[in-house]
Amino acid sequence: MGEVYVITSGKGGVGKTTTTANIGTSLAMQGYRVVLVDADIGLRNLDVVLGLENRIVYDLVDVAHGRCRLRQALIRDRRFENLYLLPAAQTKDKTAVNPEQMKELCAELKKESDYVIMDCPAGIEQGFRNATAGAEKAIVVTTPEVAAVRDADRIIGLLEASEIRDPVLVLNRIRTKMVKTGDMLDVEDVIEHLAIDLLGIVPDDESIIISTNRGEPAVLNSDSKAGQAYRNISRRIAGEEVPLMNLEDGGGFMNRVRRLLGLRTG
Amino acid sequence: MLELLQRIFGRDSLKSSKNVAQERLRLVLMHDRLDLSPQVLEELRADLMNVIKDYMVIDEKMMEINLEQDKKCVALVANIPVVRMKRLPSH
Ligand SMILES: Nc1ncnc2c1ncn2[C@@H]1O[C@H](COP(=O)(O)OP(=O)(O)O)[C@@H](O)[C@H]1O
Ligand SMILES: [Mg+2]
Repeated sequence: MGEVYVITSGKGGVGKTTTTANIGTSLAMQGYRVVLVDADIGLRNLDVVLGLENRIVYDLVDVAHGRCRLRQALIRDRRFENLYLLPAAQTKDKTAVNPEQMKELCAELKKESDYVIMDCPAGIEQGFRNATAGAEKAIVVTTPEVAAVRDADRIIGLLEASEIRDPVLVLNRIRTKMVKTGDMLDVEDVIEHLAIDLLGIVPDDESIIISTNRGEPAVLNSDSKAGQAYRNISRRIAGEEVPLMNLEDGGGFMNRVRRLLGLRTG
Repeated sequence: MLELLQRIFGRDSLKSSKNVAQERLRLVLMHDRLDLSPQVLEELRADLMNVIKDYMVIDEKMMEINLEQDKKCVALVANIPVVRMKRLPSH
């Protein structure tokens, strides 16, 4: 029997979908049975980030309304046979399903998987209630910016009021150089404001854009710093103790030299 | 140019944007979290009353508590009419 996670943030564009795709792929690489659910109904995204957009026949709303069986809607990943996507509907809106249906869906999905991971839409309305309805655990994603942290705080409050206990934080898009020059909030700063446990940090990294262009999550690329960060995060989810990565030796000059010489970093 | 010079000589004269963000975040979160429900406020009022009762007799009906805020800070303001002081055991 698996566990249901929701990846949420309040604010849009902070990296929920990126985080869902990378954590899911990495857990599948480790051998776990994983189902990723795109709960962002009307704004389907996760399929594209995973490179599975051409394979969609049925979607979450079809399943919820009994128009197809769950198995028919699940898309199996090309790279890992233990990784599946349940896509969002694109032409309907978030009222096309309700929290009760989502609960049933999650209960069904976790029977035959180790991890069910929901990609939550932005906002705090019905889309959020749908995505959190069947979840047992939550990962809050934010970036080191005032508006994003503020929204994360609001979401943490809402999660606490629900049945989801002790959400954990992924701080995304950190720019080490800016942190150093005092122009970006640091990990400790954000943690202190939000009073929440840290699951991991992810650098702001061009390789995320490249991997999204290709439809191949960054965790598949052993040279990607962000990919490394997400691999660490998924090992922590699976219960391993992995120290926080050092973002310092990012894509800097010495790092490129080391890479040229074939020396591994991270 | 001036900004560059200030950055090189004595960073403190120019508040780093991180520190500005810190302060803004502190205030905005405080204000957001202030949005106490009437129920929570009622519980706080009852708790307060219980503590005070050991020391003095108060006019419960006239008791007022409120969170007041301005730009820089937030205060819990209580106006609690005291009817009579209790005789406290001296130590
Ligand atoms: N660590 C990162 N480094 C660089 N770009 C990122 C990173 N994380 C996310 N992005 C980019 O930010 C944008 C929003 O990310 P997305 O995962 O779609 O956010 P959300 O699902 O929260 O709306 C995307 O274009 C994505 O490629
Ligand atoms: Mg998204």
